[in-house]
Amino acid sequence: MSVRRLAAETVQPANFAFTPENLSWAQGIIAKYPEGRQASAVIPLLWRAQEQHDYWLPKAAIEYVGQMLGMPYIRVLEVATFYTMFNLEPVGKHFIQLCGTTPCRLRGAEDLIKVCHDRIGDQRHVSADGNFSWLEVECLGACCNAPMVQINNDFYEDLTAESFNALLDDLAAGRPVKKGPQNGRVSSEPLGGPNTLTDPSLFDGSVVGAWRKRFEEEDAKVKAAAAEKEAADRAQAAQAAVTPKPAKPSDDTAGTKATDTPAHRVAEGKPAVSPADQAKAADASNASSDEPLSKRPDAPTQDRASSYAANPNQGEVAKPADDKAKG
Amino acid sequence: MTKIIVDGIEIDVPADYTLLQACEEAGAEIPRFCFHERLSIAGNCRMCLVEVKGGPKPVASCAWAVRDCRPGPNGEPPVISTKSPMVKKAREGVMEFLLINHPLDCPICDQGGECDLQDQAMAYGVDTSRFAENKRAVEDKYIGPLVKTQMNRCIQCTRCVRFTTEVAGVPDLGAIGRGEDMEITSYLENAMQSELQGNVIDLCPVGALTSKPFAFKARPWELSKTESVDVMDALGSAIRVDARGREVMRILPRINEAVNEEWISDKTRFVWDGLKTQRLDRPYVRVDGRLRPASWGEAFQAIAAKLKGADPKRIGFIAGDLASVEEMYALKLLASSLGVANIDGRQDGTKLHPKFGRASYLFNSTVLGIEEADAILLVGSDPRREAPVLNARIRKRWRMGPLPIGLVGEPVDLTYDVQALGAGAETLAGIADGSVAFAGVLKNAKKPLIIVGQGALTRPDGEAVLALAAKVAQAVGAVTPEWNGFSVLHTAAARVGALDLGLVPGEGGLDAASMAAPGGADVLFLLGADEIEVAPGAFVIYQGTHGDRGAHRADVILPGAAYTEKHGTYVNTEGRVQLGARASFPLGEAKEDWAILRALSDVLGHRLPFDSLQQLRAKLYADVPHMAQIDRIVPADPAAIAGLAAAGGAPDKAPFRRAVTDLYLTNPIARASAVMAECSALAQGGVAVAAE
Repeated sequence: MSVRRLAAETVQPANFAFTPENLSWAQGIIAKYPEGRQASAVIPLLWRAQEQHDYWLPKAAIEYVGQMLGMPYIRVLEVATFYTMFNLEPVGKHFIQLCGTTPCRLRGAEDLIKVCHDRIGDQRHVSADGNFSWLEVECLGACCNAPMVQINNDFYEDLTAESFNALLDDLAAGRPVKKGPQNGRVSSEPLGGPNTLTDPSLFDGSVVGAWRKRFEEEDAKVKAAAAEKEAADRAQAAQAAVTPKPAKPSDDTAGTKATDTPAHRVAEGKPAVSPADQAKAADASNASSDEPLSKRPDAPTQDRASSYAANPNQGEVAKPADDKAKG
Repeated sequence: MTKIIVDGIEIDVPADYTLLQACEEAGAEIPRFCFHERLSIAGNCRMCLVEVKGGPKPVASCAWAVRDCRPGPNGEPPVISTKSPMVKKAREGVMEFLLINHPLDCPICDQGGECDLQDQAMAYGVDTSRFAENKRAVEDKYIGPLVKTQMNRCIQCTRCVRFTTEVAGVPDLGAIGRGEDMEITSYLENAMQSELQGNVIDLCPVGALTSKPFAFKARPWELSKTESVDVMDALGSAIRVDARGREVMRILPRINEAVNEEWISDKTRFVWDGLKTQRLDRPYVRVDGRLRPASWGEAFQAIAAKLKGADPKRIGFIAGDLASVEEMYALKLLASSLGVANIDGRQDGTKLHPKFGRASYLFNSTVLGIEEADAILLVGSDPRREAPVLNARIRKRWRMGPLPIGLVGEPVDLTYDVQALGAGAETLAGIADGSVAFAGVLKNAKKPLIIVGQGALTRPDGEAVLALAAKVAQAVGAVTPEWNGFSVLHTAAARVGALDLGLVPGEGGLDAASMAAPGGADVLFLLGADEIEVAPGAFVIYQGTHGDRGAHRADVILPGAAYTEKHGTYVNTEGRVQLGARASFPLGEAKEDWAILRALSDVLGHRLPFDSLQQLRAKLYADVPHMAQIDRIVPADPAAIAGLAAAGGAPDKAPFRRAVTDLYLTNPIARASAVMAECSALAQGGVAVAAE
């Protein structure tokens, strides 16, 4: 970040006004806010003004928005200078926002910076042909595809100096370019194919029921062992009736506690989870809420798609569905 | 009330108190930069951190209410610590951060010696810095001719931004950028538009905003401080005059909750350079059409020669806007001893008159009462220019809650929403008979306030307008035994004093305008009266301080003392009697005004019966007892309003004009000031706004 000022007087347009479409859009945005709170619309309006004006905000646009919302100009300027996404100076036709935060930096953002320096020049400076300007920005949230840049509204990820150069060449020549990862990935899957969960049997259905089968096999083994042990015990009991019991207790049972795990329980022919524990867990008095999750008033609504209107410009429908149902 | 324990002392405070207030209540001192009692809470300097028992981190006490504190496990009151090791460490940390980017230029900083940062760094900081990197550099901004900026020193407390937005009502300043790059500036470095902007100099806790005219002139510790009263408008703000030797170096506000809180207008604050220019420092006598320096004796002889042969009916006395009660009293005694009835203390031609009763010319609701008013009607008044600090008080009330304000007169921007009702007396009559809808608003109000300005009263039909305004007050129930909402806003510091003393034409006497008119008076004595054009023909004696209009017209000039150079009593628009004090001595051969009149009376053979200010005051207090009630208001009998309402009269249809069109040039001292001239030019749009 650095000190941000309005562009030089020489490049400032004399005046600015929304196009009729943008004006009616802006009026829709302003109408969303209650009377006296119109200033809340300042960010969307500035954003639209920037989109309309080649992706930068001239002084005239700041004053236009200030007048439209009845705000002192300094208040609009405060907002416009606070957010680095508002460009206060002209930008190239392709405005490159280059992520320079740690993950991208570790993955080679410095090479991309060098490309920008070589091709375009300093930051916040439009190239001679007007095609490019660039800015190093903080994390754009695509770390799994680092290093990346944002050009106008699109992300270009998994860049190298070569692919970035090729991308810029294509953009300069007006050729179509691929958005997203530039190294063959579709999204953030592992490069060069997956290296976990690679066993084909995982996906052919052969493993369905494999675990249950193992339990059953174990179960059968345990049962056989138990039957054997019973027979041995019977033989021992017959012998014990003859031989007196030693005064010292046998330490046969030592360590049973430590082996009290579901696997051992199953091995002993008991259910994996003790019924007492199950009953305790199901006890309603232990619950943090006495209603099933889905019936709680604050539970997330299932109807995600319709909870927010598709078109946010229509102020009325842009309310959570819950509120509408209540009100 | 909630119990809370601060440093082991249990106190009982309202739940809506902030911890900072609660700690102060308990006697603990909390350092702060961004917090200010009269501004909204920002909570961004973090200097006021305290420890709340049970919390993992220190909290900003200015932004934490007592009711936000959790009680102890057994319901014990919350425990606050302001001296614990955690608090000490937190304060040292905050101070170290603040000083990271603050330049070490105290030796060349005008704030040195009265700097919050300097003082608090001494008290709460550490003696070294661990910061070896480069400090941040910030461009200095142009924000007007009064406030000098040194933005490297700014600690982003945003007090100035909050002041201009909230109190002054002119959102000039803002903070652009963010984080380390945050900068305080006006929009595109335009000059600030507020007439209260000088207060940001006092608010600034560091030397980022300092006084431009006072820059590098003096250090605070070498100035002698005199507590006095302002005469630039009729509000009588409490001021402190800082002088070095014989020179007034600056003027600062004093806190007076009943009058100016802690604000003063720019005219009050920056007029001091006018005290040094265009001064009359010796008597002059006009010889063969030219003013020649003379001795006091020669000047008095010239006056005596004119006055002794003159017919008392052809002699006139006019007192000006800045005169203190003492000299006006001496002037009145002198006039009556000469048998002169032509005496007037209303050079602007206002039709206010003591014959209607004292309540007819006072701001009866008082300035504090503005905060209680629930509907306001402004009649021919522009408080923003006539009394800017009073205007800030109306704005303060307007911000506190819904307040309908109606305006009869010229539409002006007053920094708050005003309903323009009409231009003149016809609208006022409509309110009186209920045909204007706003009458209903005033009637429904519990404490309606009617502010009558001089714009409505300095006209030939002023008496009829005054009566009509009183009728409105009666009709809407503004005058009750508990509340007197009929309030006259004056424009001159001397006016209420003059009316209290009865400086109005006696039986068969002429008023100021008739005296100054052609053929009005043969000999005219102007006591600092500069706002009146004297027709050729009269022999004019001017007693005053500045070579202004009166002195140019004068045949004899007697150099007097300006308001910072004499002890004087002033009565403000509410009728509050206040004492001004001498901060430095009059220039050259100039003398205190009452003493000049006393000496002149001796030469004229009508020696006034006092030889010292004490004797004068003793006689004054005997004659006008309420003048002894210093700093107090003797309430006026509201019955006068009913009498006034009954007076009737037919007001003109002409619209009310503003009484003050140029705030910065209303009196001879302000007109002599270069700073005021610059402000005036800026306010009138005469000078292109400078951009660096």
